[in-house]
Amino acid sequence: MTSQTSQENNMLPDPYSVPLESINLSDPNLYSQNRWEDYFRRVRDEDPVHYLKESPFGPFWSVTRFEDIVAVDTNHVDFSSEPWIMIGDPDPTLPLENFISMDPPKHDDQRAAVQSVVAPRNLAAMEDLIRERIATILDKLPVNESFDWVSNVSIELTSQMLATIFDFPYEDRHKLVYWSEMATGAPELSGGTALPEERFAALQDMVTTFAGLWEQKSASRKAGNPVGFDLISLLESNEDTRDMITRPAEFMGNLGLLIVGGNDTTRHSISGSVLAMDRFPEEFEKLCANPKLIPSMVSEIIRWQTPLSHMRRVANCDIELGGKLIKKGDKVVMWYISGNRDDRVIDNPNQVIIDRAKARHHLSFGFGIHRCMGNRLGEMQLRITWEEILKRFDKIEVLEEPERVRSNFVSGYTSMQVKLRPKSR
Amino acid sequence: MIDLTFVEHNGEHHRVSAKQGTNLMQVAVDNAIPGIDADCGGSCACGTCHVRVSQQWLDKVGAPSESEALMLEMTPEHDARSRLACQVTIQPEMSGMIVDIPEFQM
Repeated sequence: MTSQTSQENNMLPDPYSVPLESINLSDPNLYSQNRWEDYFRRVRDEDPVHYLKESPFGPFWSVTRFEDIVAVDTNHVDFSSEPWIMIGDPDPTLPLENFISMDPPKHDDQRAAVQSVVAPRNLAAMEDLIRERIATILDKLPVNESFDWVSNVSIELTSQMLATIFDFPYEDRHKLVYWSEMATGAPELSGGTALPEERFAALQDMVTTFAGLWEQKSASRKAGNPVGFDLISLLESNEDTRDMITRPAEFMGNLGLLIVGGNDTTRHSISGSVLAMDRFPEEFEKLCANPKLIPSMVSEIIRWQTPLSHMRRVANCDIELGGKLIKKGDKVVMWYISGNRDDRVIDNPNQVIIDRAKARHHLSFGFGIHRCMGNRLGEMQLRITWEEILKRFDKIEVLEEPERVRSNFVSGYTSMQVKLRPKSR
Repeated sequence: MIDLTFVEHNGEHHRVSAKQGTNLMQVAVDNAIPGIDADCGGSCACGTCHVRVSQQWLDKVGAPSESEALMLEMTPEHDARSRLACQVTIQPEMSGMIVDIPEFQM
């Protein structure tokens, strides 16, 4: 999931010039070249439940309309999340299991063990700390000169938050970012560019490091100290998850889930918000004139960006959807990135409209029992980021087309050159 | 019309009238009651119209369905009085019902 490589950057054809049945929405170039909008528009209009016989990820169904996606996402009985929720399956030599890829009841216990960390009540207590850290990052940025927003702000900010909720050594927080990229960046999972040996080593390092942290938390609890309020302490102290460390695939899978869930998503939404305010200057003016629109703008950005493009299910039985018969065992991909641009549900979906009616009605967090657990943390980070940006800057100019992640799973940016104009006094 | 009262976490009361057959989430949204997000629009799919029904009205409202119970479990703040407002259909015997809105939606 590093930046796109030039030799793979062949221009994609016009989606209306190719046979409909051959359209492959899993092609990572659609995303790295930012061509996905047109391709999805054609499929949504002409073949909304779309079957592709052959792909690097095997045959699969694409569900592209908003309402069909809701129907699949909320039907966990007929559509299983097992064994894995990305379009590609994990390499069998590095098996992974996690609760987003589990059906009830196992899913319920594991999720319940950790969700309170990111519950709104606890977030309220974290708000001052988050604001202070965001302010520190913004105050250090150069003004009136070009720099990369992704590495200097989006990554820095989300890695600090991750370190906080994991109680992970603060000075090593960049490891979390690296592991997150390695976790989803395998070619077989998402069309990414992570090399197998490097990825294997990275995930092993992640497991070893977290096993150390886990032992530390365990020893502290057994010595009679109060249980810490961080993800590892909660997993280690909960009866339902305490023995997770003895199951390597589950330990590694859940760590990966929590890191990716807390890292890539918010990071790319922060970058996306800067791009959106540059591309839609009239919306930025609206925001400056009325900062009370920030919460609504945050929801709109999360819709427009859709930082995770898809989730995958497997049909548990033969089932009809949109006039097509999906057979038991078929792979079914819900393209949130497409449903969020479906004009049957969202007016002018390609436009960012920060005061849109029902801005929260989007698919980016998913619906049903696997709905994003950290949605309020993500929204809060974006809200505070923009509250602090508006105090300091009159404009964030995006200087050139950003570089995008080569992945059909993570939709985001590897670099974005910007220039800041400080607030005129 | 059926009279209902929503009570915000800060204690503020909102008295509203509702039609039989509509759902409690829609009543809250139509009356701009703060604290109900209703992200999914009433599909029992997001958990952001969580409310607590006053004890004496619980039997009128009935127990949550299996899918509703699964969604309620996703908020750490749920208890025996918890329901998703979008899954409560307004009936004449609910006249006078008091519904508490939690401090946060998850």
